[in-house]
Amino acid sequence: MRIGTGAGMADDRVYPAVQLLERGELDYLVCECLAERTIARESLDRSRNPERGYTPMLEERLRAFLPLMREHAVRMVTNMGAAHPLSAARVVRRIGRELGLAPVTCAAVVGDDVTELVRRHPELPLMETGEPVESLLPRMASANAYLGADVIRDALATGAEVVITGRVADPSLYLGVLLHRFDWSYDDLPLLAAGIVAGHLLECSTQVTGGYFADPGKKDVPDLADLAYPYADVTRSGALTIGKTPNSGGRLDVMTCTEQLLYEIHDPAEYITPDCVVDITGVELVQEGRERVAVRGARARPRTPTYKAVVGYFDGYIGCGEVGYAGINAVARARLAADVVKERLRIQGFAPSEYLVDLVGMTSLHGDDSRRPEPYEVRLRVAGRCPDRRTADALGDAVRQLNMQGPAGPGAATNLGSREIIAVKSVLLPREWVHPEVVMEEGE
Amino acid sequence: MTVRVYDIAHARSGDKGNTSNVAVIAYDEAGWRLLREQLTPGRVMQAYAHLAQGPVRRYELPKLRALNFVIENALAGGVTRSLRQDAHGKSLSAVMLTIELEDGR
Repeated sequence: MRIGTGAGMADDRVYPAVQLLERGELDYLVCECLAERTIARESLDRSRNPERGYTPMLEERLRAFLPLMREHAVRMVTNMGAAHPLSAARVVRRIGRELGLAPVTCAAVVGDDVTELVRRHPELPLMETGEPVESLLPRMASANAYLGADVIRDALATGAEVVITGRVADPSLYLGVLLHRFDWSYDDLPLLAAGIVAGHLLECSTQVTGGYFADPGKKDVPDLADLAYPYADVTRSGALTIGKTPNSGGRLDVMTCTEQLLYEIHDPAEYITPDCVVDITGVELVQEGRERVAVRGARARPRTPTYKAVVGYFDGYIGCGEVGYAGINAVARARLAADVVKERLRIQGFAPSEYLVDLVGMTSLHGDDSRRPEPYEVRLRVAGRCPDRRTADALGDAVRQLNMQGPAGPGAATNLGSREIIAVKSVLLPREWVHPEVVMEEGE
Repeated sequence: MTVRVYDIAHARSGDKGNTSNVAVIAYDEAGWRLLREQLTPGRVMQAYAHLAQGPVRRYELPKLRALNFVIENALAGGVTRSLRQDAHGKSLSAVMLTIELEDGR
């Protein structure tokens, strides 16, 4: 059976998923759209408008996908429900009606929102520092547990065409489809390992088909502008092959699969998911055709007694501005400009708690390494951590004002604006505290 | 003779909180032997010293001819709160590729 990838991030391209639905002979489509802090943002959205809180591109995707899913008998699993899966399920059904389709059956997965639970347990230690979560509670924006594949399985068992969730571990979205389709035991470790590895390789969409890979002349990728989304072919016994449709853009081979297999992995013998602890040290990748790679040898140990939850909290503001300098002594002028910005803010009584001064072209991506030669031109970037929006705006303004009131020869001084920061930290929750649940959306 | 990691391997970086992981994958067996022998955690920490506080841990995946480096305190506070332009550290694999090794072949 075949599972395709329909998205690997909230604002991923829609077109490759349409291509896959049209030509991929899929059984299921999985769209993974939640980064670590995305839910916190969507929670804010929901607090301002109780009907919102789902991934903003939900409507655009479903309008493009639903008719093709009907035509090719494809079911979908997605975490685009974000902070409000129930509202998202209503949107899915409404879009079905607007497209003139027979009613869409939609199951929402809830229970990942553990905000109240965390509030009742200020003693929970943060995984990052060991300190109790208590100090974050007054600033908490959201708390969501990473649910596992078992609740996806249960949601599909209702017969729903679309399963829409909030926070679920990314690869578990894929494993859940396999648990359902093949009626795999939730304790069969080799099968769980194969399903998680399938999900891990697919969850970042084009990162396994040639995205995040090209280096011209060294590692070339054909049709980089038209990268295809991948799919996995999985058998009942857990044999796994990653592929993409013939003659689609990009490349899918042992090199791209190896890079993605290790993406965001720490100890490869201990990749912890809500479903099992996977060991990929024995994995072998074998090219089976121009665009097909077989994946063998993943192992797993039983799941841990806890769910991980991510706590989003307000963490002040960041203000930022940029200005360019070129020609003789450009770097010295840029550094002088940065000093002027800081001093001007001090004179005005603003006090960012931390600055980052970067020279784009020299230090902005790989840090300040004094052995680097001075380039012909640089772009100064000043960013500051600020206690309030006013300070963050003032920082950007001070950079903008370098246009007239700084060193000679500034180019395109720009206030890049201020943004409110929602940071995240993690806690572990005993499994029995968390109650994942499937809700059918059948209104009207 | 000196070779760059770039000449014998490809790499990809990923983030989790304030930690970066950089996977380095050899193109062939000779490159794999060189990586395994010379690309030590100490050598990697040195290359990232102006970006990360460390420590650095190294994991070996012989079947993939790959080393996975986990570099702690590498993302200036982590994706969500970093002041850096590249908060995810997706450009950090390029630092690994600049490291020079001694090729005795």
